[in-house]
Amino acid sequence: MSTDTDNTDNTDFYSRFQAGTSEGEQGLRLRSEISAEELMREVGAVLRMSEADVALLEDHPDDDETMIINMGPQHPSTHGVLRLMLELQGETVLRCKPVIGYLHTGMEKTGEQLTYAQGSTNVTRMDYVSPLANELVFSMATEKLLGIDDEIPERAVWIRMLLAELNRMSSHLLFMATNGMDLGAVSMMIYGWREREEVLRFFQEVTGLRMNHNYIRPGGVAADLPAGWRDSVMRLLDLLPDRLEEYDTLMTGQPIWRERLQGVGVITPTEALALGATGPILRSTGVEWDLRRDQPYLHYDEMDFDVIVGSYGDCFDRYAIRLAEIRESMEIVRQILDRMPSGNYRIQDKKVTPPPRARIDESMEALIHHFKIFTEGFKVPEGEVYVAVESPRGEIGCYIASDGSANPYRMHMRDPSFVNIQCLPHMMRGGLVADAVAVISSVDPVLGGVDR
Amino acid sequence: MRVSLLALDPLLEGPLLWTPLIIVVIKVLAIFVIGLVATMFMVWYERKVVSGMQNRIGPNKTGPFGILQTLADGIKSFFKEDLLPTRADRVVFRLAPFLAFVPAFLIWSVIPLGGDFSTNSDGTVNDGTVVWFGEVTYVQLADPPIGILLVLALSSIAVYGIMLAGWSSGSKYPLLGSVRASAQMISYEAALGLSLAAVLLSSGTLSTIGIVQTQNSFVDWNFISTGIVPFVIFIIAVTAELNRPPFDLVEAEQELVGGYNTEYSGIRFALFFLSEFMSVVTMSAVMVTLFLGGPQPLTIAGVDIFAFLGALGGTVWFVLKLFLFLYMFVWFRATLPRLRYDQLMDLGWKVLIPISFGWFLLLAALREFSPDGDALDSTRVVLISLAVAGVATALFATALRVSARNRQQSDQNGVTT
Repeated sequence: MSTDTDNTDNTDFYSRFQAGTSEGEQGLRLRSEISAEELMREVGAVLRMSEADVALLEDHPDDDETMIINMGPQHPSTHGVLRLMLELQGETVLRCKPVIGYLHTGMEKTGEQLTYAQGSTNVTRMDYVSPLANELVFSMATEKLLGIDDEIPERAVWIRMLLAELNRMSSHLLFMATNGMDLGAVSMMIYGWREREEVLRFFQEVTGLRMNHNYIRPGGVAADLPAGWRDSVMRLLDLLPDRLEEYDTLMTGQPIWRERLQGVGVITPTEALALGATGPILRSTGVEWDLRRDQPYLHYDEMDFDVIVGSYGDCFDRYAIRLAEIRESMEIVRQILDRMPSGNYRIQDKKVTPPPRARIDESMEALIHHFKIFTEGFKVPEGEVYVAVESPRGEIGCYIASDGSANPYRMHMRDPSFVNIQCLPHMMRGGLVADAVAVISSVDPVLGGVDR
Repeated sequence: MRVSLLALDPLLEGPLLWTPLIIVVIKVLAIFVIGLVATMFMVWYERKVVSGMQNRIGPNKTGPFGILQTLADGIKSFFKEDLLPTRADRVVFRLAPFLAFVPAFLIWSVIPLGGDFSTNSDGTVNDGTVVWFGEVTYVQLADPPIGILLVLALSSIAVYGIMLAGWSSGSKYPLLGSVRASAQMISYEAALGLSLAAVLLSSGTLSTIGIVQTQNSFVDWNFISTGIVPFVIFIIAVTAELNRPPFDLVEAEQELVGGYNTEYSGIRFALFFLSEFMSVVTMSAVMVTLFLGGPQPLTIAGVDIFAFLGALGGTVWFVLKLFLFLYMFVWFRATLPRLRYDQLMDLGWKVLIPISFGWFLLLAALREFSPDGDALDSTRVVLISLAVAGVATALFATALRVSARNRQQSDQNGVTT
């Protein structure tokens, strides 16, 4: 037995799968430690410039003029566990390198072990601020694979839209809170959380949980809307406009607020498109791109709403867009209230939907279906599919490759936070440390979504 | 000679007997206790008012309405582990909290905390002296002739505590915080001093009790007699000097984690915290003294509503006016977002200093050329001043524009940010 050769072969074999990076190497290094070419490539990649353009930048301070500072992962304003390495000259940010992975729990990989029926429990925990968008896109992808995407009952579709819009509101309200807090308006934090809690209270009525609902499932939704849901939504719609007016008084018209945000973290449409940014970041640059209007799904094509765009691509535009989108979502919710049909809340397909509890006691067949759905799940035809919806943060997409079994062969989420984070170094360059905080805040990343 | 240099308090005139000595000792003790209690109260008050503004309850467990919360926190921090970072400068790191704490305390000694300013039957106003155990004295610890300059000096010394704390921590975030602190406090000291000069012009004395004595009717209160502008500038400058929101860049927790005190823990951290809140109270007291007539009563149609309290009435008025500023500081904190470093500097150097300086010159011109307040003379002076101010503003704006253009050109020639 030539054990030695075997061992070497094995080492070689496995080393192929090792990333070849360490936490130390991910960090930002001093200018003296990297070659000019590396620096040029690093800066150029970030700024979307050619290497020739970067060479013209001519900011090559010595090591003793700059300070590399580590912001995060335990920094109060990095929204969870984002880690930024900043190169500062005085207080000016020259380079920035986001380091991610501190919340990585392998949820996409976990998704391959779970059946499609269990999948929405998993994906709802990814972008935990807009869980319903995750569930929605996963369910839509699964339904498309199953070929039942046209057969979802009307009521389920409208319920999905209602919840998706309310989730957009709750997510943007959270943004209002954190953005206020990051800029030092501490009261705003409390106000934002307060209003968001009102929305979450409705979610709790409907789904039983404030977050991580597992409510939108392949085939429809988990349960019908509870009695009195209409009053709860109406209450919300009555309550919020006044509160949003208060936000305007407290922040939008406030000179310090405008000074802090206007012209900070500017990004051009070309750059935003090149970096793959979506959602309020892309719209802040004036690009009208909203999947609800441009690739309508559910019944958004029947809704009457505006796509809010900015013109400067700065932090203030991103703030104002989100504030306006809350109002726009409220309009959509009003229209949904008027048009909510009655009927089934999930598809009556025995292969996908578990039978009602009462049927299990009466019918042997129902019992078997119930057992099979909850043990081995339902089989999904072979194929691959990509479905995207507009989450509060941008385009959230779900890619599923199916090998015909009850588990996805590969499940990938295109999370907007992950893509939008690429814009950070670009927006921060040349700003101050205080601007860096405003920029992180205005990109509004959710680290659960980034690291998945 | 001894008297004129150290203090003008009538208590110390004449032979040094036991009674004055004991009174001074009691005053020292009282100042110490009032300082500490006021600080504890301020922490509680701020938390309670802010929580009210933010739909929260705030501290409510320790003592009635949670009023003992600060005491509990203080006791807790005494027993906490006192960490010394390995890269810290040991001596300076330990010294810094005291450098911040002591000056905040000392300012109390020159503030008139009360006194008898009631109007006599013949229309004269008492000068604030009270009689304790047969000794005539002021209700303040010391009255050095340089009174208000001492306040300025002490508040400048407090910068050292913060600066050294950040520097000696041997850590990057505190260093950034302390650099911000020194720049901020030094720039705003200028605006503070210039708006103070307007008060000194109207009062004609540096002694704190002297400044209070000149404000013996509502129209004589300095915030009116100096035309409100110095008052507003002084408030803004003091807010910056105290590192209170919206100027709390020094400890902007969203940017610098904790600022200069990031590496501090236990009682050393508590000392910084204490000195900060004590400074809030003392600087509010300074503002009351300078602009709102200190313990002078506000008479409505000649009636002082606290007259029945006798000599204690002055203290009540003082505390009431103090609350006005304390509430204001808390309100600022609950409402305003934080300024950015360069915006703060712009505000200080390009707005506050020119305005306060210009206003000071205007007041000086009025005093020189229209000493008896004749309407025609005053109008003439104001018009000429306006013309001068217009020219000065134009020159200043041109200078700013030229420098901005130069900066832009040098940017284009290579150095980009």
